[in-house]
Amino acid sequence: MTNPQDDNHWLVRPSTIKVLWWVFSGILALTVLLQLMFKVKGYFDVDGWFGFGAAYGFLACLAMVIVAKGLGFVLKRGEDYYAEDQNDD
Amino acid sequence: MIEFIPPALFMLLAALLIGPARGHLRSAIVLVAPLVTLWAIWLVPDGVVFEIPFLDYQIQPIEGSPVRRLFATIFAIMAFVGGLYAFRTAKWYELAAAFAYAAGAIGVSFAGDLISLFLFWELMALFSTVVVWCGGTPAARAAGIRYAIMHLLGGVILKVGIEGVIVHTGSIEIQPMLATNFDTWMIMIGILINAAAPPVSAWLSDSYPNASATGSVFLSAFTTKTAVLALILLFPGEGVLIWIGLFMVMYGIIYALLENDIRRILAFSIVNQVGFMVCAVGIGTEMALNGAAAHAFAHIIYKALLFMSAGVVVYRTGMNRCTDVGGLFRTMPLTAICGIIGALAISGFPLTSGFTTKTMISQAAANESLVIVYFMLAAASAGVFLHAGIKFPWFVFFQKDSGLRPKDAPWNMGAAMVIFSALCILLGVAPGLLYQFLPYPVEYEAYTAGKVVFYLQLLLFSGLAFFLLLPLMKRTLTISLDADWLWRVLLFKFAMLIYDLFAGLGRTIRKTSQASLARAQGFMIKHFSLPESGSSEEPGLFARTWPIGSTALWIAVLLTAYVVVYYF
Repeated sequence: MTNPQDDNHWLVRPSTIKVLWWVFSGILALTVLLQLMFKVKGYFDVDGWFGFGAAYGFLACLAMVIVAKGLGFVLKRGEDYYAEDQNDD
Repeated sequence: MIEFIPPALFMLLAALLIGPARGHLRSAIVLVAPLVTLWAIWLVPDGVVFEIPFLDYQIQPIEGSPVRRLFATIFAIMAFVGGLYAFRTAKWYELAAAFAYAAGAIGVSFAGDLISLFLFWELMALFSTVVVWCGGTPAARAAGIRYAIMHLLGGVILKVGIEGVIVHTGSIEIQPMLATNFDTWMIMIGILINAAAPPVSAWLSDSYPNASATGSVFLSAFTTKTAVLALILLFPGEGVLIWIGLFMVMYGIIYALLENDIRRILAFSIVNQVGFMVCAVGIGTEMALNGAAAHAFAHIIYKALLFMSAGVVVYRTGMNRCTDVGGLFRTMPLTAICGIIGALAISGFPLTSGFTTKTMISQAAANESLVIVYFMLAAASAGVFLHAGIKFPWFVFFQKDSGLRPKDAPWNMGAAMVIFSALCILLGVAPGLLYQFLPYPVEYEAYTAGKVVFYLQLLLFSGLAFFLLLPLMKRTLTISLDADWLWRVLLFKFAMLIYDLFAGLGRTIRKTSQASLARAQGFMIKHFSLPESGSSEEPGLFARTWPIGSTALWIAVLLTAYVVVYYF
């Protein structure tokens, strides 16, 4: 923000980001559709299902983010938590 | 008979010479010593090279085998590229300590018996502590002390186990064992402490981010990976390691997701990656052990690369937190690209070293029909992309524009990053280069169309999850409590409580004794003292003067009474 001309870097323009979302979505769709061409040999049956990798990857990440968020309420402390403690004595 | 110089000795010698040497000579030592060491490593033949009698034992400081050479090789490569990265900015004592630390790691790799293993193990503990201290801040000093306590404690536990095994079996051989009794459990716990296994994983994320920008690069490589090698040599197929490994994998992801410190994110992901290796050692088949060794090799490269990239950011901006940086890709393209390559490699993206090594571990789990393990490893692969693969480059190099416009990496740091980036891709494109050096024959096809499609889906949809869930991952100015809270706060408070208790007891005793002393003094004064001159008080009972006349009279009366009684 100190350098206004840099703010207009082509990579951070809203128009580029929109294009990137479209490209990314296309790639995502492609990876799933590729499964029609190349059979995924599942080791345990379910992992060979159509789109299993996509769904599993997405849901696993969703679960991990939510678990992390939940644990965060219990575990998060201010940055000087330990430092404050040391000042006590 | 010693026919050649042990490889670790070159590194130790270099560590000794770095201090007195100056200028270009010092740089030459830093850059040449690891290469000479590498040459020496490849001269080590299979089997025990020489023995030294010590007390009743035959010490075998050098024993060669493919897996030992593999680990020693990557340690030497790491020392070379790390030296290249650090030699212009790091203090000489940090370089010397890092080289002695690397010497310890290479020594452990070739240690043929438990006694030499322990000696080199402690050498690592000692000099890695010095590297942590080279961070130079009060936080680094405190973290270094905690680090040293943890590793000395681990060393003691390891030593207890080694002594037990020596006493009960009479053998100091390094050979596969299972954790079946107290001795072997102690050895395993001692090793697992260095692997940052639960419940002491926190030493790693506590100390590494407090080291200097160059120090954390060295730290990321040696301690945890020598622990993996020790597990491969001593505990292949020990079932409990599977679950410890899986716990570490998930722990690393969750804590990295919560973290704001750039290098601490990477520190948590070391625990995560070492978890994969520990799990593989637990599976224990030839495929799994190959996977563990290959993954350790690849991991050292891409994790050091990530720490280098983060190190350049810390070195150039002096900032450690995601919330302080962002948008750095504009002026640090090389650092950003190398960081992204490291991030893709750690995520196991096809065409990177992570893909050709980590999938071996998953394959090994599948071959043994370990359904839960396989699916947890797959979920973890997705999670790695989430917490390290995207989170690290996104928050550091993209995200918002922080307004910072730092210069890109100095030439030597850039060169080190380019070398490791090239290796990440080389091992991903031509995995055979690494496979031929693995401990067992490799019957594994890294690239099949189906597997590539599966992992592309898994990883890219994790990427989608990241960007959709971005609001949930807003960085906060916080730290996360870990098991080390138990000793840093609870144990400390308990110790303070005990201290207060004894302090209180001391006060009571002092008060009571003072009171009784005062009472005794009063008694003395009352009965023995003379009053002050001029006072009208009577002297104490025993201090009074008595007229002698009455005493003489009484004696006369008593004598008379005696005589009278005698006559009658």
